[in-house]
Amino acid sequence: MRPTLPSLVNILVPVKRSIDYAVKIRVASDGKGVDTNVKHSMNPFDEIAVEEAIRLREKKPSVVTSITALSIGPPKAVDTIRTALAMGADSGIHITVPENTVVEPISVANAIKKIIQDKKFDLVIMGKQAIDDDSGSTGGMLAGLLGWGQGSFASKLTIEQDGKVNVTREIDGGLEIIESKLPMIVTTDLRLNEPRYASLPNIMKAKKKKIETFKPEDLGLDFTPRFETISVSEPAKRQGGGKVGSVDELVAKMKEAGII
Amino acid sequence: MSIATRSIARLASARSLSRRAIPFTSLRRAAPVVSIRHGSSLPPRSDKFAKPTQDHLTNLKSIASSTLSTLDGSATADELKSFNDDWMNKYHGKGPIVVKPKTTEEVSKVLKYCYDNDLAVVPQGGNTGLVGGSNPIHDEIILNLTNLNQIRSFDEVSGVLVADGGVILEAADHFLAEKGFIFPLDLGAKGSCHIGGNVATNAGGLRLLRYGSLHGTVLGLEVVLPDGTIWNGLSKLRKDNTGFDIKQLFIGSEGTIGIITAISILCPRRPSAMNVAVFSLDSYEAVQKVFAEAKGHLGEILSAFEFFDKQSYALVKKHQEENGGERKVFETEGDFYCLIETGGSNSEHDEAKLTGLLEHLMENEMVLDGVLAQDSTQFQSLWSLRELVPESAGKAGSVYKYDVSVPVGKMYGLVEKMRTKLREGGVLEGDGNKDGPIRAVAGYGHMGDGNLHINIVANKYSDEVEKIIEPYIYEIVSENEGSISAEHGLGVMKAPYIGYSKNDTSIELMRKIKTLFDPKGLLNPYKYII
Repeated sequence: MRPTLPSLVNILVPVKRSIDYAVKIRVASDGKGVDTNVKHSMNPFDEIAVEEAIRLREKKPSVVTSITALSIGPPKAVDTIRTALAMGADSGIHITVPENTVVEPISVANAIKKIIQDKKFDLVIMGKQAIDDDSGSTGGMLAGLLGWGQGSFASKLTIEQDGKVNVTREIDGGLEIIESKLPMIVTTDLRLNEPRYASLPNIMKAKKKKIETFKPEDLGLDFTPRFETISVSEPAKRQGGGKVGSVDELVAKMKEAGII
Repeated sequence: MSIATRSIARLASARSLSRRAIPFTSLRRAAPVVSIRHGSSLPPRSDKFAKPTQDHLTNLKSIASSTLSTLDGSATADELKSFNDDWMNKYHGKGPIVVKPKTTEEVSKVLKYCYDNDLAVVPQGGNTGLVGGSNPIHDEIILNLTNLNQIRSFDEVSGVLVADGGVILEAADHFLAEKGFIFPLDLGAKGSCHIGGNVATNAGGLRLLRYGSLHGTVLGLEVVLPDGTIWNGLSKLRKDNTGFDIKQLFIGSEGTIGIITAISILCPRRPSAMNVAVFSLDSYEAVQKVFAEAKGHLGEILSAFEFFDKQSYALVKKHQEENGGERKVFETEGDFYCLIETGGSNSEHDEAKLTGLLEHLMENEMVLDGVLAQDSTQFQSLWSLRELVPESAGKAGSVYKYDVSVPVGKMYGLVEKMRTKLREGGVLEGDGNKDGPIRAVAGYGHMGDGNLHINIVANKYSDEVEKIIEPYIYEIVSENEGSISAEHGLGVMKAPYIGYSKNDTSIELMRKIKTLFDPKGLLNPYKYII
């Protein structure tokens, strides 16, 4: 492991293009997935990760050297990288896959590992999970593959001059603060921060920022899935409620249902 | 997906109050403040109308499927309050009988009976009006159309929807959304208001810039006339030049010449791609220039152009701070702000157009700063900057609200004149007058429609302040060839001021039309044309 000089922290932020959280999810006609012909945006947890990287630099400009956004996804994932650049990341890396390709968490973790080994990063800030598949496993897998420390579900993050990192985690019954050293993986929780808007001047600047593009095979990566989706179905429809005419009737119904 | 999605949704709703739900409910919450201001005297009860009796009720019960009344004990006076009071809780009628017919035939029988017995009638939809037009003033029979709520037909090729007048606007829009179409009208009260009432009041709202007024989108109407005659004008034709276009008379007639029981309306396809951007600008001239550029660059995808001044934005920021939802939006703030929404069918095409506009505005330094929504959460929270102005003003004090329309170029001049007038009157806070009762004069509105809302925030309602504002505000609107009621209508509140917007000949013609349809003057009396 190379020595971590505090003045040379390079941050990598993996960002996923996922179905916009406000979209009503529909099962696709083949029953093997969901309808993806809908509005997509950056995974909200990843947006928080980008924001946190930028805030770290704003607080300690001498510590953070660079912020790079990485996305694995179809050609349109480049929009997601541009959003990160418009928020304040410096450059982007795009690993392109055909539309509707499923990339499993282990493949994502391997890809990020490869990028880290090639480009030298000291800190990875990433969403704790993506809101589309909700796997929530990439961060942990990546830490395991690299043998780095990890601070998951971060609600507060600080870096000291000597490269010491404090991560506050919200756990049942209180807060847990862990201390680690760079290099490390941090996964973000909702309360870490509130992402900023992309301002017009920054959107314009983002157009001129560099995005490197790779195919998986360029990097010696194999995204062949290990799982097969058998079927995807909608949850059972909720039964409509009924109205009661009086308190007595309500009590009787509740007794009938065994609630009281 | 569930846990994460739910927590995200919760976060989103906390940080951005949804534009769909908030304006209506929030105004409701602010209502008690407004209720203090019912000093303006109401016309006395007219003796030409019969007083509703037990006998009348018995007869009405035999022809309508549902009635509520204090006369037979089927309801208490308290239970009739929601029918008798207006939505702002400013006007309080004493109608003892509510009739809720289920079919057009029933409406017809009820009106015929009332006509034969000289009973005055107030037609009522969702009762969400802002000028006291949909509740009784005295003891009029309340004809509520809630039960007339069926979708009759929808043609997926032409987009023509035919539905009962009592269908709730949001229900109609949900029905259309399933089929990929959109109702060409959207407004804050959509969860309660009826489409029949929308047509009767010629409601404006948020989509007018894109889809035009109801005078254009409504193709036909079914109306019950005061004597009970059913007029079937439910045309589905876009072109029909055969004689007077009678339906136009009913659009915006506020229930004074007939009751709309069904409408036929042309609905456009629902846009699948939406974008929103908000800018800060240094002058009202700059807002106008951006409006012109937006129309040029965006063409048919421009779906809203709203503006608000720094006083409005300050009110919203303060309100958001108090609720913990504030968030820095602009690096550089300005004296004015504008919001642009686009809606189209192809997101790449729309984004290319929007980006072209943004680049042009930035390169030519026509705006100080701006932000572009990156996802649906931001879409909602940027909209809320504009949508929360009325609520934020309500939270800051007692608000005098005016809804006027003037040529776009003269819009903001009205706000400035109002400020000057209040400053001269010594009631405006600031300029060494720390205790002035007026805390803020905020201007905002639908720029695309020339519709300005002026909100004057006072520490309390007072005659002194009201005398400075009225009728001065109507005078300056009149001088600028504007309308004293852009989209709220006349009702009982603005009926006395119609002369500021219409000349004597127009008013005389309106009186003749009223008499032609309703010779006994039974329908929605004391309002509109008095």
